[in-house]
Order: sequence, then C-alpha cells, then structure tokens
Amino acid sequence: MRKFSLVQPENLKELVAFLAKADGQRVILAGGTDLFSLLKDEILNPEIIVDLSRLKELFGLRQEKEALRIGALTTISELASSPIVQKNFFGLKQAAQSIGSPQLRNVGTVGGNLCQRPRCWYFRDPLFQCRKKGGSRCFALNGRNKYHAIFGGGICNIVHPSDLAPSLISLEAKIKIASKDGEKEMLLADFFTLPSVSLRQENKLQPNEVLTEVIVPKPSSHLKSTYVKFTERGSWDFALVSVAAAAEVQGDILKKPKFVLGGVAPIPWRLTVFEQMIEGKKIDEKMAAAAALEALKEARPLSENAYKVDLASVLLTRATMSLLSR
Amino acid sequence: MNQEKRKLKKGISRRDFLKGLGSGALGTAMSTHLIKPASADLERQEGNLPLLPKKNISFVLNGKQISVEVEPGESLLNLLREKLHLTGTKRICDHGSCGGCTVLINDQAVYSCLYPAFKVDGKNVLTIEGLAQGEKLHPVQQAFIDHDAYQCGFCTPGFIMATLALLRQKESPSLEEIKAGLNGNICRCGNQLKILAAVKALASIKGGQP
Ligand SMILES: Cc1cc2nc3c(=O)[nH]c(=O)nc-3n(C[C@H](O)[C@H](O)[C@H](O)COP(=O)(O)OP(=O)(O)OC[C@H]3O[C@@H](n4cnc5c(N)ncnc54)[C@H](O)[C@@H]3O)c2cc1C
Repeated sequence: MRKFSLVQPENLKELVAFLAKADGQRVILAGGTDLFSLLKDEILNPEIIVDLSRLKELFGLRQEKEALRIGALTTISELASSPIVQKNFFGLKQAAQSIGSPQLRNVGTVGGNLCQRPRCWYFRDPLFQCRKKGGSRCFALNGRNKYHAIFGGGICNIVHPSDLAPSLISLEAKIKIASKDGEKEMLLADFFTLPSVSLRQENKLQPNEVLTEVIVPKPSSHLKSTYVKFTERGSWDFALVSVAAAAEVQGDILKKPKFVLGGVAPIPWRLTVFEQMIEGKKIDEKMAAAAALEALKEARPLSENAYKVDLASVLLTRATMSLLSR
Repeated sequence: MNQEKRKLKKGISRRDFLKGLGSGALGTAMSTHLIKPASADLERQEGNLPLLPKKNISFVLNGKQISVEVEPGESLLNLLREKLHLTGTKRICDHGSCGGCTVLINDQAVYSCLYPAFKVDGKNVLTIEGLAQGEKLHPVQQAFIDHDAYQCGFCTPGFIMATLALLRQKESPSLEEIKAGLNGNICRCGNQLKILAAVKALASIKGGQP
C-alpha cells in the first residue's frame, strides 16, 4: 500500500483555504468508489488525500422555490429515493437508479459521479502510458475500441462514464464551484471539456476548487424527462450508449427538447441537430427514427464501435416515444 | 452490543463527565479543556491543516467497540482481513466489481474494498463473522444452507451480507426487488437460482428476525 497523508477539513472555509495554499499533489475524496481504484492501480499518485466527509454543508437535498439543490456529498441512493426527484425529475431518478449496484449507490456521491475518471481500459491499465496520462498516443485509436467514442474523440477516445451527467444536463442543471476566491455557478453542460481542450482532465475544475452543489431548476408544469440506458449486462454496468431526454410535452409535440447522449463521447454529448429536427412537430415513431438516423450522420466511429451508432439511433427513438407516452 | 455496555467498555464518556459536574464547574472545564484556543481555529481557517500519516479510529465491529490505527490509503477490507484477521469478508476483484467484500456499515451494504478504513470512525460495521450467535446460525445463513445456495462458497459471505441489508430495508421484498437488491454480487459458479430461492424463502417469512 502506498503512503499518503490525510487532511480532514471541518468546513468549506478550511477546505478552500487548504486547497489554495497546499503544495504537493493532492486529491479530493468523496465516497472513494472511484478514487480508491485509481489509487490502488497507481493511475493517480497524489501525496495528500483531502477527505470531504466532515463538510456537513455538502450533504443532502434542499427544495427551494426556484430550484432543487443537491449537495455534492449526497449519495446516489439518497438521490434516487428522494420523493422530490421521483416526482419532478423522473429521468434523473432512472439515471441514478441505473448506476452500478446498491453497494456503489450507497457510498458513491453526486459530486463524485460527475467528477469520476474515464473507464477506458488503456487509461485504467498502469502498463499503458496513454496521452491522458502524459504519454504520446491514444492506444484505442488503432487498438481495441469497442467501448470508445463515436463523437468528439480523435486525440483521446474515452467516453464519459457518468449516468447523472447527461440526465442533469438535459434538465439544464447548474453546478456551484467553491474556491478561496468565492463561489461561482456554471451550467453543468459547460463544465465538461473535450480532450482537444484539456487532455489530462475531463472538466474545468481547477486544483484549488471543489464542486459543492448541483442546482436543478424548477420544472415547468409540462416538463417530462426520461433516461434510457443500454448495457452489455442486464445490470451493474456502464452505459454502452444512453440517452437522457427532457422536454415540455404537449400532446404529440415536444417543446424545448433536450437530448444528451452518454457513452458516446469524452463528454456528455448534446444532440442539438436531433432536437431541432423534432421540435414543435407532430412526432411518430417513424419520424423520430428518421431524425435520429440523420442526426447521427456526424458520428465518427472507430474500427470496433460502429454498433454504437445503431444503438444510439434506437435509443433516441425510444427516448422520444417514452417522453410522449408519459 | 448496546449503548450501556459500550460505555462501560470505553470507560466514562465525555458527556457523562460533563453531566456529573455542576454547571459552575462545567464552565471551568469547558474553558480549560474543550474549547480549542482561538488561534488554532484561525490557523485552520488559514488552511494550515495537519497532514496525518496515520489515524486512530474507533468503531463498533460486530457489536464490539474497537480502536485501531489505520493509514489514509487503507481500505476497510484490508483492515478487516490483514489487521483484524477477519477473513470471512472476501477479497476477489478488489475494485468494486464482484461483491465478495460486501459488509454493512450503519446497516447499509457497501464494498469494503473501496471504502476508506478511516471513514468507519464512529460507525457501526457488521461482517459475516458477526451473524451467528455461538453455534446458532443467523436465519440468512441457515436459509443459504437449506437451499444449497452456494457451490465453491467464495461469494457466499458477500451474498449473505447483501441479503441481510436488503431484508433490513424491507422485510418482504418482491422478486424484482430481490434481484435489484442483489445485483451488486456475482456468483461465478452460476448458482443464482438457488440463491434466489433462499432469499425468496426468507422474504416470505413475515416478521422474521433479519
Ligand atoms: C463496478 C463499478 C460500476 C460502476 N457503474 C457506474 C454506472 O453504471 N454509472 C455511473 O454513472 N457510474 C458508475 N460507477 C462509478 C460510480 O458511480 C462512481 O465511482 C461514483 O459515483 C463516484 O462517487 P464517489 O463519491 O465515490 O467519488 P470518489 O471516488 O470519492 O471521487 C471520484 C473523483 O471525483 C473527484 N471528486 C469527488 N467529489 C468531488 C467534489 N465534490 N469536487 C471535486 N472533485 C470531486 C475525486 O477527486 C475523484 O477524482 C461505477 C463504479 C464501479 C466501481
């Protein structure tokens, strides 16, 4: 076992002050369900583990007038079983429920789920010094790439593994980030970054920052949401492809549709082309399927993952029809 | 173990100590012992936090209060097996992908291989060793035997702990709920149907002990 030092701030103030000044490689620990794997395999080699568990202010859900506030340390189990989430954000509930297993949902947190590292087998294997780890190539490009990106790849072909992220983006969620300089909010959609922007990390979080809260705006009365996830195994698996969808449903018409794909790109992949094609029109299954095919023409599959294009097309259609039937 | 016994083991608790003092004396005790000097708080707020190479934790393990020193990168699984020699909790994948290391923390099922040992400080941990009472097996253990719900037996402790967590949450889960509740455990011998039979039998025991 490698040696680390442990730091346990008692509150947010202590945490951000520590993050602002500490030198040395450190890493934030929430539930640890991802981090402990990365430490064991020495994919990450920090000197200091910064434990969040004493930050009472980051736990739990709070319903406010205009928004639902989800503390970063809220567990995925708590999120999935929250009556507010079940009532107002069905898609988010489905996404949370689809994550891993009960054991993982009991410990894994919302903040950790959004900040978790990719599952690319070359990234996770200590023997491969890939670009994401500072090496000079992406092994998936000409290697085994069944689980890799069909959008937004190129220099690095990971897919973002989070199920919560596509769903929260479809609900136009924002996140709150704290540092010693204060707090800032941004759309979750703007948080994630492509490898062409930042190769070594998947989001905009700076070393002196921490994600403290997810803010889901109050839904309009016609808002419906859904999450459709396809996995290789029946349960306890990451998405091969998933589709998070949310829209205001009026009869067989969708207004302000948001469709965000998981498992297809290094970031949750919003499919605006598809949204534009179906917005405000009378939708039936044939029309949705045709729009999906058209929207997926931009996909650039690798040698072993063209099946993801077909899968995405079917799931887009299913998600659309499921919104209309709810 | 109940609260009372725990207290006896640990000796007199801080609360008892305070309760035993008159309010005047309490004031003195507070100012001399319990309130950290303001400068220490200030130091912390400036981000000067101690870097701990090790940590002393105490927690309730299978009903007994214990204290032990752990390292920051140590998993609960490691603590249980290597330091406390409770080898009933199995290390199989060591990455949260098999369920063999499932234990209960405050009644919830977790993978001990991915759970930082230092985080069980102050919590209640139950492992497979804590189920039987003397020679008398726990009903979940007995049901697994009655239904021949194992082959090689390596995944069994994890399955039993996951089953216990499920039944503590809901006395009589439906078949779907059983499947969802146990989907974080894998039996590679392929004995799922017998495991399911054992848990189904338990689930229909109304008011059963688990
Ligand atoms: C076998 C297995 C199957 C899984 N299946 C799924 C799945 O189907 N869908 C899915 O979405 N996920 C899945 N996961 C991932 C799991 O959901 C994540 O491990 C979990 O959500 C991470 O939460 P955590 O609190 O344990 O994070 P940690 O492990 O503590 O942290 C993860 C990362 O996020 C950073 N971090 C955590 N919190 C913060 C914060 N507040 N601010 C800044 N940085 C932070 C950490 O530094 C670390 O790099 C699976 C994991 C395993 C092991």
